[in-house]
Amino acid sequence: MRVMVIVKANERSESGVLPDPEMLAEMGRFNEELLKAGVLLAAEGLHGSSKGVRVRFGGGRSTVIDGPFTETKELVGGFWLWQVKSIEEAVEWIRRSPFQKREAEVEIRRVFETEDFGLSFTELCAQEARQRGQQAAKN
Amino acid sequence: MVSSVAMTATDAPYERDARQTPDAGRVPDARGAIDAVWRIESARLIAGLARFTRDVGLAEELAQDALVAALEQWPAAGIPDNPGAWLTATAKNRAIDQARHVRMRARKHAALGAELEMDQRLSAGGLEARAGDEIGDDLLRLIFIACHPVLSREARSALTLRLLGGLTTEEIARAFLVPEPTIAQRIVRAKRTLADAHVPFEIPRREEIAARLASVLEVIYLIFNEGYSATAGEDWMRPALCEEALRIGRILAELAPAEAEVHGLVALMEIQASRLRARTGPGGEPVLLADQNRAQWDRILIHRGLLALARGEACARSRGPYLLQAAIAASHARAVSAEDTDWVLITALYDGLARVAPSPVVELNRAVAVAMAYGPAAGLVITEELEAQGALRSYHLLPSVRGDLLTRLGRYQEARGEFERAAALTRNAREKRLLLDRAAACAHAGTDATS
Repeated sequence: MRVMVIVKANERSESGVLPDPEMLAEMGRFNEELLKAGVLLAAEGLHGSSKGVRVRFGGGRSTVIDGPFTETKELVGGFWLWQVKSIEEAVEWIRRSPFQKREAEVEIRRVFETEDFGLSFTELCAQEARQRGQQAAKN
Repeated sequence: MVSSVAMTATDAPYERDARQTPDAGRVPDARGAIDAVWRIESARLIAGLARFTRDVGLAEELAQDALVAALEQWPAAGIPDNPGAWLTATAKNRAIDQARHVRMRARKHAALGAELEMDQRLSAGGLEARAGDEIGDDLLRLIFIACHPVLSREARSALTLRLLGGLTTEEIARAFLVPEPTIAQRIVRAKRTLADAHVPFEIPRREEIAARLASVLEVIYLIFNEGYSATAGEDWMRPALCEEALRIGRILAELAPAEAEVHGLVALMEIQASRLRARTGPGGEPVLLADQNRAQWDRILIHRGLLALARGEACARSRGPYLLQAAIAASHARAVSAEDTDWVLITALYDGLARVAPSPVVELNRAVAVAMAYGPAAGLVITEELEAQGALRSYHLLPSVRGDLLTRLGRYQEARGEFERAAALTRNAREKRLLLDRAAACAHAGTDATS
C-alpha cells in the first residue's frame, strides 16, 4: 500500500525559517535510509502559507484568498509518499525519523488504490468504455 | 566450510516460522508493530548474522528465534527504542549459546575449529557496530546467495521473498498459488542445497559477476511477472508480488548503483507497474496498451521509471536487455495518446533487443513494431519467417498478430483462418471468445468486400 505521511506546519516553518542544519542533516540521513529500503516514493517540503493561496468555491463562483493562513496546526509543512506493507510499517519508520527527538505531529494516511473503489470504480470504467465506444462509432 | 551448527539447523524437517506459532496472549496492536519491525529489520538482521555464521540457513533461524523472543516479550514490555539492535543482540546471544552447546557435544570433531572461529567472530562484537557500507555489502551478499544458480528458479524466488522481503511461508504460498508445505519444503531444501554446495557468503568475483547478477535480475523479474499476471478476484498477495519485486529492485539499485542493468530492470518494472490500473476492463478482461485510458497510468511510477532509465543509460557502456526493454516501455509511457507513439524509435529498440537477446517472442514483438512504423506488409514478412522457423508453433499470439496484420491489408479470408487458429491455441476462455469474434468479423468483412 501507499501512504502519504503529512508533516504538520509549525510556527518556524510558517515564518519561512529553514530547519536548522542539524535537523537537515538528520533528515537527509533518514531519507537515504528510506530510499535504500525501497520505501521512499516522493518527499517534498512546502514553503510557508504566506507564499500560497486558497481558492474557495461556492455559489458557482471561485474566490482566491492570499496566504498566510492563521490556523498553523491545520497547515501542511511537507509530505512523503511511501510504499509500505501496512500502516504499522509506516509508524515504525516514522519512529526512526528525526522527529522522534523533537516536538512535531505527523499524520499518516492511506492512499486510495484501485481495489478500494470497488464496484463504483468498475462502473466508472464501464461508463468510460461505453463513452469511448460511442465516440469511436461516431468517427 | 560448513560448521556442524549449520548441519543441525538445516536438518530441521520443517521451516520454523515464528509468526505462525500460535500465541493466544498476544496483543493485536503489538503484533502489527512487531510484523512491521520484522519487515524493516529482517533482511539486514539475517545478512548481518550470515556474515558471522557463514551459513544463511542458520542465520535465518537465529533471526526467527529472536523474533520468537520479541513476540513473547514485546507485547508486555513494549517495543524497544531500537528494535533492530534488540533483535540483533538476542540473535547473537542465541548464536553463542548454540555454538557452545554444539562444541560441547562435538568436542572430538574437526568442526571444533570452525565453531571457535565463529565464536571469535561473534565476540569480536562487530555486529552492532557495523557501518552503513558493511550492512550494504552484507545485504548484497544475501541477495546473491538467495538467487544462486545452484538453486532452481522456484527455490530462488521463494528464498528471495523469505530472506529479502521478510515474507512468511504462508504469504509466499498464497502468492504463488501453491500449498504452504510445498513452499516450506522448497525453502528447507534450498537452504540445504546452499549448505551442501558450500556456497560462500560472498559477493561474486569480477569474472562471475555478470552471470550472477543476471540470475538475480531474472528472479526479481520473475516475481514481478507472477504478480503482474494475477487476475481480478485472486488473493491480494498475488498482485502484492509486484510491490515486493519493485521494493527488492529499488534496494538493489541503491546497493549496486553502477550496474546499468539493475536500473534497467527497475525502470522496466516501474513503468509496467504504472499501467496496472489501466490494463483490465470492468469485467476483468485485459485492455491492450493502445486501448488503455492513459489518464489512469500512475504518473509517479512513470516518473520514477524514466529516472531509473536515465540512471541506467548514464552508466551503461552498451544497453543490455533490461535497459532496452525499459526504453521501449518508456517510449509508450511518454506518448500522450496511442497515436503519438514513436514506432520508428521502438522498432530501432527492438532491433537492438533482437541483437542482444534474440528470441522468437522478441521477434514477434518486433514484427508488431515494424508493422506500426512501416506498414502491415513489412511486419507480415517477419511473421512469415517465424512461421518458417516453427518455434512459436503453439503460441497463440503468432496467428493472432498475423490475423491482425492481414485484416489491415484487407486479406480477410486469410485473417479469419489465423484468428481461428489462434482461438484453438489459447487456453484462456475470454481470449478465445475475443479471437472467435474477430474471426467472425473477418468472415463478415470478407463477404462485404466480395459482394
